[in-house]
Amino acid sequence: MFDIPVGDFFEFLINWLTENLGGFFDLITVTVKTFLVGIENVLLFPHPILMIILLSALAWYVSGKGVGIFTVIGLFVVEGMDMWEGTMETLALIITAVFIALLVGIPLGIWASKNSTVEKITRPVLDFMQTMPAFVYLIPAVLFFGLGEVPGIIATLIFAMPPAVRLTNLGIRQVPEEIREAALAFGSDSRQMLFKVELPVALPTILAGVNQTIMLALSMVVIAALIGAGGLGQPVVTGLQQLDIGLGFEGGLAIVILAVFLDRVTQSLGERSQ
Amino acid sequence: MAAITVQNLYKIFGKNPENALPLIEAGKSKEEILDQTGNTIGINNASFEVKEKEMFVIMGLSGSGKSTVLRCLNRLIEPTKGTIKIGDEDITNVSKDRLLDMRRNKMSMVFQNFGLFPHRTVADNVEYGLEISGIDKENRRAKAYGALQKVGLKGYEQQKPSELSGGMQQRVGLARALANDPEILLMDEAFSALDPLIRADMQDELLELQAEVHKTVVFITHDLDEALKIGDRIAIMKDGYVVQVGTPEEILTNPADDYVKAFVQNVDRTKVITAQAIMRKAPSIQIPKDGPSVAIRKMEKVGVSTTYVVDEQRKLKGVVTIDDAIRLKDQHHKNLESILISDIAVASPQTPINQLLPKAIESKYPIAITDADQNLKGIVDRATILAELNENGNEAVNEKAEPKTLTK
Repeated sequence: MFDIPVGDFFEFLINWLTENLGGFFDLITVTVKTFLVGIENVLLFPHPILMIILLSALAWYVSGKGVGIFTVIGLFVVEGMDMWEGTMETLALIITAVFIALLVGIPLGIWASKNSTVEKITRPVLDFMQTMPAFVYLIPAVLFFGLGEVPGIIATLIFAMPPAVRLTNLGIRQVPEEIREAALAFGSDSRQMLFKVELPVALPTILAGVNQTIMLALSMVVIAALIGAGGLGQPVVTGLQQLDIGLGFEGGLAIVILAVFLDRVTQSLGERSQ
Repeated sequence: MAAITVQNLYKIFGKNPENALPLIEAGKSKEEILDQTGNTIGINNASFEVKEKEMFVIMGLSGSGKSTVLRCLNRLIEPTKGTIKIGDEDITNVSKDRLLDMRRNKMSMVFQNFGLFPHRTVADNVEYGLEISGIDKENRRAKAYGALQKVGLKGYEQQKPSELSGGMQQRVGLARALANDPEILLMDEAFSALDPLIRADMQDELLELQAEVHKTVVFITHDLDEALKIGDRIAIMKDGYVVQVGTPEEILTNPADDYVKAFVQNVDRTKVITAQAIMRKAPSIQIPKDGPSVAIRKMEKVGVSTTYVVDEQRKLKGVVTIDDAIRLKDQHHKNLESILISDIAVASPQTPINQLLPKAIESKYPIAITDADQNLKGIVDRATILAELNENGNEAVNEKAEPKTLTK
């Protein structure tokens, strides 16, 4: 039989990129790192008790009493397990990764909804991003961005971006034809059409995509910790390596609490926009 | 000048529509062209004029091309060939900016399923057209509230469309179309999604509203009764052709072909056929010029027993019977006024025959048809009305009845 040297080619490509675009990757590393540290500082600056009150009030206001009470209890448990710092680090990492994913994903979704060729090209790329095991692109991420939080964020956003693109595209394509016609018949130009009609009508679907992106980002926390991204993944990884059942469980529980909080709040935002 | 002039309009759907044009001109059928080129004919050489301030109804079945024609008028669909003049401006040839301008200021549209923006309040929906034209908040709010009041939705301004019933939603659609005070309203099956009672109400209200605002309205429907009720003139479309254009009465009394005939045969003609269409010339005499001798001679000549009496301005005064006239002549009197019967049934030329019938049954003499100045235009007798009703009944019984409302 014959050999197709896919692996060799990929290795060559990554090495070439590392050697020739090093400056570019350094710039990204610095930018992302600065952004991340800024958010971390904001989240860790107030006393945990004050932060617990703020986040619970937000949950209560957006999603109602039940989620509010859950948040109070959940975050006190997190603080009681001595996981507060890790939780805020993870929250900062997720905010950064999701922010970048949406910054790229939503415009890409809009573009795909307007242009069928773009849609046809993005679809397999998104499939690739979502199904390629995350460990595989940890390696080039480390080569490009070194160890630490930044490659973790990059790997996370690659894995988490597809739903933002897909659901933005879907949401806009699902705007009823008659509503589109009405906007045109009253003389909308393409900018007015997008911002005054299509995006607002598609907003619930787009927010469902945002929710999905956040959930997928959370599922990358442990994997990102393998390359030194820290946060709540760290105790899980340590627990695994040292067979420390208790530590691993505490880290896992904190992730679950954070996930439930983020899921309920973003879901409620989506429902409110309908 | 006509408000809208459509000339030799074609719309061909599918790739390379220019391939299909010569085939259409060679008279090939829709199916043959679809086979040969893969193109679908939406509109086939349509020409018509819409007069200023008239209610022009385009009626046809699903697939007849009526909605396509409507969307060509504001270029939501680009015509393949032909001209469409709005006033004296050919909209098929204007720049992109001018097209936006015309859509914002000259014409607006009402949709079958309302086409309201679900994320905006009722008032914000109505304001939309003004908002995108850059009119300031205060001004457009005032106009939107005015338009909502016109359609009877005062007090609902801050609701979301989903909180309103279908009929109310369509009022919002109507208010939105009126808010920028356009010359032309395009209404695409505007009432078809409403249930029958609400639909009838909305038709009445549209007519009342039209009496107030006087817009040029192009109204699409598949419902003949609706077309007859609200249309000043009706265009009937079939397979992309305009088959006939005319007033409701012209279409009922003089259908252009078998297709239109089949369409209209089941309509209740008594609501549409008016006195004007069935009245005949009345034998009349003029007072004080004519005396009993003239009256008798006239009646004998035509073979009737009554004659109508008008004055010098041809205003109707009443009738005299031949018996009374002979008696008067025997008594050597000249003045007909003494035997004049002034208590007679009178109707306008526009009265439909279903309203003439009760009058005809009560009245001893034929009904006098007079215009607004009371000038005698003609008469309608009981026999004529019954003959007209009978014709209607016979057709319904003898010919295979088709539903008059053809579903989409």
